[in-house]
Parts: sequence; structure tokens; C-alpha cells
Amino acid sequence: MNAPTPTRAEREAALKGMGFSRRRTEDARFIQGKGNYVDDIKLPGMLFGDFVRSPYGHARIKKIDVSKATALPGVVAVLTAEELKPVKLHWMPTLAGDVQMVLADGKVLFANQEVAFVVAQDRYIAADAVELVEVEYELLPPLVDPFKSMAPDAPVLREDIKDKKDGAHGPRKHPNHIFEWTIGDKAAADKAFAEAPVTVKELISYQRVHPMPLETCASLASMDKIKGELTVWGTFQAPHVVRTVAAILSGIPEHKIRVISPDIGGGFGNKVGVYPGYVCSIVASIVLGVPVKWVEDRLENLSATAFARDYHMTTELAATKDGKILGLRCHVLADHGAFDACADPTKWPAGFFNIVTGSYDIPAAHVAVDGVYTNKAPGGVAYRCSFRVTEAAYAIERIVDVLAQKLNMDPAELRLKNFIQPQQFPYKSALGWEYDSGEYPTAMKKAMETVGYQALRAEQAQKREAFKRGETRELMGIGVAFFTEIVGAGPSRNCDILGIAMFDSAEIRVHPTGAAIARFGTKSQGQAHETTYAQIIATETGIPADLIAVEEGDTSTAPYGLGTYGSRSTPVAGAACARAARKIHAKAKKIAAHLLEVSENDLEFDVDRFQVKGLPEKMKTMKEVCWAAYNNVPAGMEPGLEAVDYYDPPNMTYPFGAYICVVDIDVDTGSAKVRRFYALDDCGTRINPMVIEGQVHGGLTEAFAIAMGQEISYDATGNVQGVTLMDYFVPTAVETPVWETDHTVTPSPHHPIGAKGVGESPNVGGVPAFSNAVIDAFKHLGVTHMQMPHDAWRVWKTAEKLGLVK
Amino acid sequence: MSNPAKTRVTINVNGKDMSAEVEPRTLLIHFLRENLNLTGPHIGCETTHCGACTVDLDGRSVKSCTLFAVQAEGSKVVTIEGMAAADGSLHPLQAAFAEHHGLQCGFCTPGMITRAYRLLQENPTPTDEEIRFGIAGNICRCTGYQNIVKAIRSAAQVMAGQPRKEAAE
Repeated sequence: MNAPTPTRAEREAALKGMGFSRRRTEDARFIQGKGNYVDDIKLPGMLFGDFVRSPYGHARIKKIDVSKATALPGVVAVLTAEELKPVKLHWMPTLAGDVQMVLADGKVLFANQEVAFVVAQDRYIAADAVELVEVEYELLPPLVDPFKSMAPDAPVLREDIKDKKDGAHGPRKHPNHIFEWTIGDKAAADKAFAEAPVTVKELISYQRVHPMPLETCASLASMDKIKGELTVWGTFQAPHVVRTVAAILSGIPEHKIRVISPDIGGGFGNKVGVYPGYVCSIVASIVLGVPVKWVEDRLENLSATAFARDYHMTTELAATKDGKILGLRCHVLADHGAFDACADPTKWPAGFFNIVTGSYDIPAAHVAVDGVYTNKAPGGVAYRCSFRVTEAAYAIERIVDVLAQKLNMDPAELRLKNFIQPQQFPYKSALGWEYDSGEYPTAMKKAMETVGYQALRAEQAQKREAFKRGETRELMGIGVAFFTEIVGAGPSRNCDILGIAMFDSAEIRVHPTGAAIARFGTKSQGQAHETTYAQIIATETGIPADLIAVEEGDTSTAPYGLGTYGSRSTPVAGAACARAARKIHAKAKKIAAHLLEVSENDLEFDVDRFQVKGLPEKMKTMKEVCWAAYNNVPAGMEPGLEAVDYYDPPNMTYPFGAYICVVDIDVDTGSAKVRRFYALDDCGTRINPMVIEGQVHGGLTEAFAIAMGQEISYDATGNVQGVTLMDYFVPTAVETPVWETDHTVTPSPHHPIGAKGVGESPNVGGVPAFSNAVIDAFKHLGVTHMQMPHDAWRVWKTAEKLGLVK
Repeated sequence: MSNPAKTRVTINVNGKDMSAEVEPRTLLIHFLRENLNLTGPHIGCETTHCGACTVDLDGRSVKSCTLFAVQAEGSKVVTIEGMAAADGSLHPLQAAFAEHHGLQCGFCTPGMITRAYRLLQENPTPTDEEIRFGIAGNICRCTGYQNIVKAIRSAAQVMAGQPRKEAAE
């Protein structure tokens, strides 16, 4: 007996396409301990590498004696810069156009810098041997404060380029200067400030932090000398770029290199760059002809690979007395550490910092960024944000609050007064971007209504009075942030990495039984690509998501792509996915017309089938069409059902959101308790609401960590401090607030499915929301700004200075 | 120093006696991962903070990066690989983590589920606050914990025989 014909709703439910909170296909392996991360991979004869690291921030190397280490049984090799020189791998190019030492060449420039690479039979012996390498150092004066980098008497850090007047991004003003990047109309901005009745100015610093994914960086290189083939497994957010760079550096032809990113235990920007550990494991394997694994420990991770932020932003606004913003100026001092290893698109030394005009219609603006060297670790990655976008959002969202305070206006009201209006989109900003779409006032008002904003302000006023009367020791703060992100790098006209345009790719192969495999140039580190890409294909083709396998990360099978960071997977590869699926759809339609003996124009698509218009019972399911693609196609058509798409986006996408945070601060302890956090995100079309909500929860938690406690600091001698989990703040379930999420939907007009990307929005909007909330608690006492992180000590110091502490 | 004399240890892991020659300094996590190829428990730090290496040892949650294998001699250890039933059916906690999107990158998940298992043995009906306190030794960088709390609460209900509540949407 035939099963009853499924209803349309049943067919949609079986499809699990876009908009459906589909459970993740990834989870089965992770919940059973069957994930496959780099350190889980073992190869016969595999050796382990470990680093000897510098105990000093700035020192000359007088001598390295490896004799005791090499004499230790089980030690196979000890590499120093001397061993790497003949193969010219003692230095490597960075993504930012600078060069970086792989192993210390003559001097060390930051604490925990890589000095020698020990290779041994197991990780215990390697650790023993690290202790046996004797290095003689001659201390040099450390340069820690970026504000002193360009002083006339500052120690010259980079002797290799001390006489170079020009760097990768133009003229250098000082041996410790990397670049100056300017954008905007300076004359127009200066005029706005000269004429404006009200101006504000604040030095807004965003401290040095670290993304700290739970899995540290790791690689396993295996050189097959007979075949001349190199295979590298690694924690790579961008495996295809790693292969290209490895080919250029090693001289091994690109087709003889296979790079595999297996499961990745979180990335958050940490796993975009190329690190000495990757290079050393590869070189060691090439030299020794056996597999060599390198896994960094947590201390190494926090102190040597990929810091983020360290932006010191002197930000100014000019406005009318009733709060119309007329101009913005911002000067940034960017501390890049010892080498410029920023992971930005090559032409953008300060990333997309020029999104700093935010969500506001600001007629005149000018930005200048000076990058400088210091004796700190290199990096400058985008920790859960698009390139330098969280820094920009923090600067504008803080300075708007400062202006509101000066004008004695409510910060939400000031924002509403200056928003880019819906009819202004596409909106060309004073700093050169074309915002694609936005409904800012709608989102802001929805957020205010949902939290009961006016009632919260009234409660705050009452609490302040009660505090004055001595009835409470708590101050209440309300933080408002309205962010606009710029993600989805990016159009080839302005975005490339080392000359490779930042497109991305999708390849779909449909099998005869109506199942499919799809491969992408991106690489999930927890973002659920295996689940969500399949949903896009399901909606576009009618193939159920459960019958679509998604693969990424193996350069031998996946199409070339630029990887996953800067919220680019959905805007770029997601678009390629939809377009490839539409190519499948178009061919399937032709086959269906052929099978039904009608014209293509007589067919309409309905969930999982093509049916004749007006005669829905005359139809072919996608499953039937897939089978026919392999045995009964129209005359002249190639058999098979496959498609590839390489997508070069016409523009970035601009997700936005309204966040409101309420904190209660105990002035005697300095502890700031988050009472409520409401996050409204507009990421355009929503592919999987469950996954979006999960991304927002995670991003808010990382924002909370940054705003309330994270900091990688250095003492005056260049020692790096607080780089284990004993000190570096990573919130547990106890500290983490409960999140309220909400959304509006304003599709991107240029993206094939209207999606904008969401993974990083909560970090970008979250940090200023927390910061504004803490500072808001003290505003009535004249406080305009407080330096992050807002840990109990810093907040208590503010209260103490204000004379609030008894 | 290297090559110290090796010692034979025998540990009951996931119901089976497992034996290997190890150095006295071999950590339990390395015994599990390297000697037994049980790569479910992970290493995320070296200061006993992150909990990615959490396993169950004689009815207690322990961080296997902070115990020597020899200290576990004669003990009963349960790892994430021993959480499902013999017929392969998932433990209610495993099912609940997937149902409520309590994981993203998956790296903390084995330790988190193993810890939650012990928590529910000790306190079968925890409040949300008790769950949060109970998993405070396990760090997750992806989820913000909210869905993990939801998953553990839901698993507790299933284990108590209450009807399973469907997740939202």
C-alpha cells in the first residue's frame, strides 16, 4: 500500500531548509568523543617539537649551546636560526607585508619569542630537552609603551629594517614606525570642528587581549620524500591560503602539498595567521623525512600567538547644541608588537577601522592610524570580529555616550537623532563605505520598548537618590550600544590576501539517488557550517538537508577559498552555495521539463518538486530528477548534476544591532553585576535561528570577558603578565550573565539569499554595551570614561577617587 | 629526566581493565590519549582550569591533566567514550546537548558532559544556579553556557523519568 501523500507542510519539514532550527549534524561525533582535532591524529614514527623561548622582552643573543640537549637520548634534532638560514626559512613573510623571525636571528624582540625548536621522540623528552638548551643573552632596553615608540631616543627594535624609509604601507616616520594610514576629508572634518558649537574628545583605549580558543594552535607535518609530497594537518582557519604560502616558502609545488584542517576547537581569529610552530614542524619534517607534531601549551598560546586590539583611539565628535553630529576625527596609535603580523586584507593596514562613523549620518570625518613596533608579541588578529571593527565600534559607541553626557541628553535619544535613516540606503559614509541596508530606528525602538528603557532610567534616578541618602551602596548603570558591522570580505576590487582576491567557493555534486555532497573554501571552527550550508542547498534545490554532506578544510578535495574569519562564511561562501545550488536547480528544471514533456516555462518549483503550473499532480520530484540526470537527460545536455561557484561579492554586508545592558555596581567591592542584557541582532535573512542564537550567546560571553576582565599586559621590563588561565579572565558559567536575544530582519539587497553574517556581531556590539553600562553608573558624578577591562579593582579605584568608598 | 624506569599500571577504563608501561611522570590524560587512543578527553590548559580533560574516577570528577597515571592504579575511570550504553544508545546528557545546541566547536564537550554526569549523580534535581556552580570547573568558549545549562536541566528531567520537553522552535 502506498504511503499517504505528504502535505506541503510535511514536505517542508522533511526538507529542513532555511529558517528551520535544524539540529546540528556535527554533534553526533562531538558528544561521543569522536571529534578529530590535530592532537588526536597520530602517524607512525611521529616526532614531537617544542620551543625554547626567550625569557626577555628585548635582548641580543650571544650564544646558543644545544650540545646538552642533543646528547639527551630521544632527542632527534635541535633547530636554531642558523639551521634554517640555508633554506632561507629563519624569517617568514607576514600577512601584513612585514617579515617575522621564525626562530630568533641575533636578537629577541618579545618575551616568549621562539628561539630554538627541539624535536624528540615524545613530548616529555622534548620538554626535557628544552630545559637543556643554554642561551646567553645580553639585555637591551625594552620598549613597552607604544606612546614612546617614536620618541627620538627610543631603542631601535627592528635592526633588519632600521634604514628603510618605506614600509609595506608607505613612508615610515621613525625606525619603530610601521605605517600611517589616513582616510577621509581632513579639511572638511577640521572645518566642522572649527565651526561646531559643541565638541568632545576622549582617549579611548582598547586593551591588548587574546582570543583564547579552548584548543591551542597545533600542526602535524608529514613529508613523503619518495613522492615529494607534504601533508600538513593544522589548526588553520584558512587552509587553502596556508597551502599557497607553504608552496611559496618551501619551494614544493602547490599540487604536491595537501593541507588539512580537521575539526578545530574554536578559532576566534587566533588560527588565521601563520606561526613559527607551523613552519618549524614543516621544516623539521622536510629535513627529517618523518612526521613532526607541534602543539602549543596555554602559556605559549596566550603569550606568543595572535594578540588582538591594543588600539589607543583619540576620538572626537563635533555637534550642534541640540545633538546633531557634524563631524568625527580619530587618531589611533596601534601597538603591533615586534613584527607587523596583522591578519588584515593586504591593502588594509588598519583593517576596516573606517567603519568608525558607525550607525550615524556624519557628514565629515577623518581618521589617521599610526602603527608602531614595541617589545610585545606580534599578531593583531580580529578576535571574533571583522578586521578592526570592534575597535571602531567601541570608539564610536563610547564617544557618542560622551557627547550625550556633555549635551545632557539621553544616550539612546542622541543615537535616534543621528541614525542613518532607512531611506538613505544604500548609504555612502564619509569614510568611504557603502552600507547596504538598515532599519536602525526600528531596531533601537524595539530594544527600548522591550527592556522598558524609560522605566529603567526612572529606577536609576531613584537609586542615585537612595545612594545619596545612604540607603544603598549600589549604583545602577544602563549601557546602550547600537553597532553597525562590516563583514564578508570581500570584493576583489579592494580585498586580497597576499594578492589572492577574497572570493569564496562552493562545489555541489548530486548523486543519482538524490543525495549530495557539497564542499566549500571556508572552514568551520564551531559555526555549524555542516548544518547550515546544507539548509541553503535544501531550500534552493529541494534536496533534503539530511541527504547533503558538507565538507571543508581539505585542500585536496575542497574548492579554493579564503577561509573563515571576519564573519565571511555566510556573506561570501554562503552566497557561492546559493548560486551553485541555483545552477543545480536550473539544470534540474530542464530535465524535469524533458521528463514531463512540457516547456520549462510551464513548470513551477514547489519545495521538493517541479510541477506543471495549474496541474500540481503532474510533477517530478527532485529525487526523480536526480536519477534522470544520470540516465535520461534532454538531447544535447551533459549527463550528471554538479555545479561550482566562485563568488566575488559586489559589496560587504552590514549587520547591525541594538544592545542594552543593566549593571548594579557595589562601590565598596567594585564588583559590577550584570542584571540584564538584551541583544537585538539584525543579520538579514536567518538561515538557522538556533545556530544564530548560539552564536549570539557565545559572542556576548566573549564580549563580557573582554569588557570585564581580559588583558594581556606587560611590565616595564617587557615581561608578559597573566598568560595562564590562573590570571587571564575566561568566564565560567557562574560569572556569565543570562542573555536575552531578539531580532529584526533587514535582508542584504546584494546577497543572493539576503543573509549578512552574525557570528561576530555580539562581540562588536557587546563590548561597548558593557563599558557604557559601567561608566553610566558613575556619569552623574562627572566621569566621562573609564579604561577597560572593568574588573573589580579598576571599578573600585574609580569609586575611591570619587570619594564614594568609606 | 628522560627515560626513567617505566611502571606497569592497570586502570579499569570504561568497564575494561587496561594495562600499559608508563613513566612515573606520565599524566593520566596522556595515558588515556596516547596509550589507549581515547582522544575524547582533551587538553586545553596546564593549570587545571579549563576542564577539557575531565574524566570520572571512582565516582568523582577529576581533571586528568593533573593526575599521574600511576595515581589512578586500580581505579575505575569513565571517559566520554564510556558514556553511551553498551547498545550504542546515547546517554540522556549526550542527547540533550545535541537537542539544546549545548555545543559548538565540540572541544569542551567531552569534559563538560562527563562533569555534568557526575553532577547529576550527586544532585539529580539541580537548580540552574546549582548547575552553573557545578560546571564552573569546565570552560566553554563558544556557547556562553546558557544552552549547556538548558541541556543539563533537560537531561536531569529525562533521567528522573519526566517527559522530555522539546526545545524551542
